[in-house]
Order: sequence, then C-alpha cells, then structure tokens
Amino acid sequence: MIDWIAQNLPGVYELGWTGDSGWGTAIGQTLYMTVGSAIFGGLLGLAFGIGLVITDDSGISPNRIAFQILDKVVSVGRAIPFIIMVVAFSPLTQLITGTTIGATAALVPLSLGVFPFYARQVQVALLGVSSGKVEAARAFGASKWDIIHDVYLREGRSELVRVSTVTMISLVGLTAMAGAIGGGGLGTTAIVTGYQRFQNDVMWTATIIILLFIVLIQFIGDLVARHYSHH
Amino acid sequence: MAVIELKDINVTFKQKDQSIVAVQKESITVEKGDIYGIVGYSGAGKSTLVRTINLLQKPTSGSVKVNGTEMTTLSDGELRERRKKIGMIFQHFNLMDELTVFGNVAQPLKHSKLSKDEKKAKVNHLLELVGLDDRSQNYPSQLSGGQKQRVAIARALANDPEILISDEATSALDPKTTNQILEILTRLNKELGLTIVLITHEMQAIKEAANKVAVMENGTIIERGSLLEIFTNPQQKLTKDFINTATNRDEALTKVQELLVEKPLATDERLVQINYVGNDTAQPLLSTIYADYQVTTNILYSNMEILTQTPVGLAIAIFKGQPENTNAAIASLIDHGVNVTELDVKQEEA
Repeated sequence: MIDWIAQNLPGVYELGWTGDSGWGTAIGQTLYMTVGSAIFGGLLGLAFGIGLVITDDSGISPNRIAFQILDKVVSVGRAIPFIIMVVAFSPLTQLITGTTIGATAALVPLSLGVFPFYARQVQVALLGVSSGKVEAARAFGASKWDIIHDVYLREGRSELVRVSTVTMISLVGLTAMAGAIGGGGLGTTAIVTGYQRFQNDVMWTATIIILLFIVLIQFIGDLVARHYSHH
Repeated sequence: MAVIELKDINVTFKQKDQSIVAVQKESITVEKGDIYGIVGYSGAGKSTLVRTINLLQKPTSGSVKVNGTEMTTLSDGELRERRKKIGMIFQHFNLMDELTVFGNVAQPLKHSKLSKDEKKAKVNHLLELVGLDDRSQNYPSQLSGGQKQRVAIARALANDPEILISDEATSALDPKTTNQILEILTRLNKELGLTIVLITHEMQAIKEAANKVAVMENGTIIERGSLLEIFTNPQQKLTKDFINTATNRDEALTKVQELLVEKPLATDERLVQINYVGNDTAQPLLSTIYADYQVTTNILYSNMEILTQTPVGLAIAIFKGQPENTNAAIASLIDHGVNVTELDVKQEEA
C-alpha cells in the first residue's frame, strides 16, 4: 500500500503522516475544527433555535421583541458570506484566541458562521413537534423548562439529529474554506499544497478524504435518527 | 357543590385589525359528580369556553373558579399545581411518540413526591384501570386509536384529578370505540366521583354519558338543562336538529317519506310522530285508541333511549280511521302526556 502510494502518488507520499503538513495532522485539524465549532456553534444555534420557537406568537413564552431580535440576528448571520465573516471577525478572533491563524483561530468564525444556519434548522425541527403535545403538557402542569426538555427536545430529537447531520456536513465544507486562508486541515492541504503547487494527486486525495468524512457523518446521522424515532 | 364556576366569560381573539368574539359573556356551573356535556358544531366556541377552566385559554374577561379558587389571579407556579388536579384528554390524543405507554402515563408524575416504586405502582394501576396493563412497554405508534385514548385517560388521571375535561375525545374514533371510551368515562365518574366536562359535536356521545347538557352556537349557550329535559322538550332549532340526528329520526323519516311516494297514504290515513317519556304510557294507549275510536296504528319506526334511567320513546306511525275519530284519538293521547305531531308527507327542507 505505502509502496504503491510512493510510486503512483509521489506528492501524497512526500507529505508523510506526521509533521506540520502531514496527512495525520491535516485530518486531526479538520476533525478538531469540525467537532469544536459543532460544539460552540451547535450550542449557540440550539439556544437561538429554542428561543425562536418559544418566543414566537404561538410559543410558550410569546415575546415579540425578543423574537424579532433573535430572528434578525439569524437572518443577517445567514446572509453574510462565510469567507467575508472570517475576515470581518478577525479582530474578535484575535481577542478570543490571541491569534488569527491556525485551527483554533478558525473555530471563532466557524462557530459564528454555522450557528445562524443551525438555529434556523433547529427552529424548523422544533416547530414540527405538534402543538397538541405542548398543550397536553401544559394541561398536566408541566413547567416551561419541562416543555422545552421533555416535549420539544425529546419529541423533536430524531428531527434534531437529522438537521445536525446536515449542519455537520456543511461545517466540513466550511473548514475547507477556512483552510484556504490559513486555518489548516485538509482544506489547506487541498488548496495550498495541492492546487497552488500543481500537485493534483494531493488535491484529489484531500478531496476524497473530505468526501469520506461526509459519507461517514451522514451514515452515523441516519443511524442515530432512526434509533430515536418511534413515530 | 359547584366544582367549576365560569362567570361572564368573554374570549376575544385579535387578528391584525379585526377581533373575533369566540365566547360571549357566558356562564356555566358544573356540580360535583356531573358529566356535563357541551354540544355544538365546530367554531361554536365550546372548546374555547372549556379551555378557560384550566386556563389553557385566558379569558379576556370573567371569573373562573375551580373548587372555589379564582384561577385567573394565580401565579404561574400555583396555576401549574392546580392544573395537575384537572385532567384533560384530546381529539388527537396528544401522546408523546418518543415515550412508551408507561412513560406517557408517568410523565405528569415527574415532579411528584412519590418514590420511584410508588410511581411505578401507580402507573401500573392506572393502566389496569383502562385495561392496557399488557401494553406498557409499547410505543403509541403501535396502538390503535381507542388504545391511544385510553393511555391518554390514564395519563390524565395520574395526579388524581377531581375534574376531567374531554375535548372531542371520541371524535376521531369509530362508533364502537367511542362507546368503549364513553363507558370508561362513565365508570370513572361513578367509581372515582370524577366530575367530567364533555365537549363534542355528537349528541350521540352526550346521550350515552352526560347527565346535563348545554348547546352552544356562535359563542353563546342557547339552551341548557338536564339530559332528560333537553331530549324530551328541546326548544331551539339547533337542539332539535342534534337530537333528531342522534335518535336517527331524520334518517328514518326520509325513508318513510320515500316509501310513501311509491305507496301514498289513503284519505283516511295520517302520518304522525309520537314522543313519550316513561315506559308504561304509549303502548297501552295505542290499543286504547283502537278500542275507543277504532283508529289503527301502523308503527313504521320506533326508537327508545334510556336517558338517566328514564325511557324516552319516539315513533313514526300511520293512524288509520275516520278523520273525526283520529282527531279525537290524538287529543286523547295528548291528554295522557304523549306528544303527537302530524308529519308532512313530502320531504322536509333540511
């Protein structure tokens, strides 16, 4: 296998596994960026999505002003192209992480870039939970927190897993884009080492690994969603 | 003792520039142990009115008292505690799909002070009560509509409520299952002394279970009384329509009229409707009118209901005899408390 790679894909072989631009390092960085921003962006998006559902006119804590603020933040956030967000948020990135280069620095724009997208998806998923279930819970004396936790999140969890899968997949795409401007990971390998140095074998290998990531995420997501659905 | 007292309830929905009056200055008193039926077509405001009892619907104005406590001024926390004592079941069951039958019934007990074992015993007891103790590990999607509603009943009873609100709970079920559910409700009313408020658009359901009835139209109660009063002496046209549908009288009359088109009445025959209350009145009287007036009776359709232990009868019949004799016979029947109305041979306007 290794010999075959050395012979047929010299560029790929040359990068090695370890080292600053090794494959292992790149894969690790992509994983780190995807999971890290999925956690931060996911929590932020979940909070905004829940907020949008409960402050809606038909929600359990209607509040027009709060809803409008959340809704506008999400809309504007989704409208800004990610590549511009990376640049625009660089002072904030500097403030939080102390640098604007590398995988950790990339977490800031990645989290901020993905959360409005995720918030909207969470909102749609939770609105799919029938209002009758919420009403039944109110009728037997459930508190607002009970309703969020035991009705919206639990009854909507299979749909939440589905939208999380979609979001994770687009996150992998975003990490590649962040990689193009110094974020590291497979994106940097594909574009900086591969494309810009005319090493097509490197570019395609990195692309295929990214593709495998996506297939794997989809597979696991489908499995978990099916496990949680008793409809 | 009045368990529920709704007084001068107004509910107005505001939609952009217009406001829609759903319930207009309506009051209702439900006594302990009642099965209070509220009947009306959809949009009549019956659900909105009843939802003010547990404040799922906040009234625009008016007073809601449950067991003497004014509900509209309670804090959120106090209201939640009160709601636990008011069970509710719904048309579409509203069970949690991601919880088992056991989980659904246990859900209202989440913050209860019972120990884990006590909760388990309680849930199993409730499932036994509705006859589903063997399905506790199933998910709602594995149950039939009637079974789902029984789970919903068990869930509604989890916190030992004194009141059960049934919001069109049988409307999505077939007639046989409807009767099973109504039987469970009547049994719970008798055994547990549960006060039940039953909303429906089917008079049939009211007839099976309720002891009191209110008929609602356009946000107001147009007629109310005991089941017997409403059935034997309805005043409003809507009430009569509901009763005629429930007793199959309309269907029977249409068939009779179709029959009479093919085989018209002779000149000495008259089509009549006979209504009577109590068992021992009508049948002997029909033999009497033959003996006294030589009027023969040909019964084409008859129906008898037992409403709160009193038989209520209805018959469509042809009286045959000399016109003056028939008049005298009808007068005699009316004198004896049997209501006789002459029916039009041609089809009535719906």
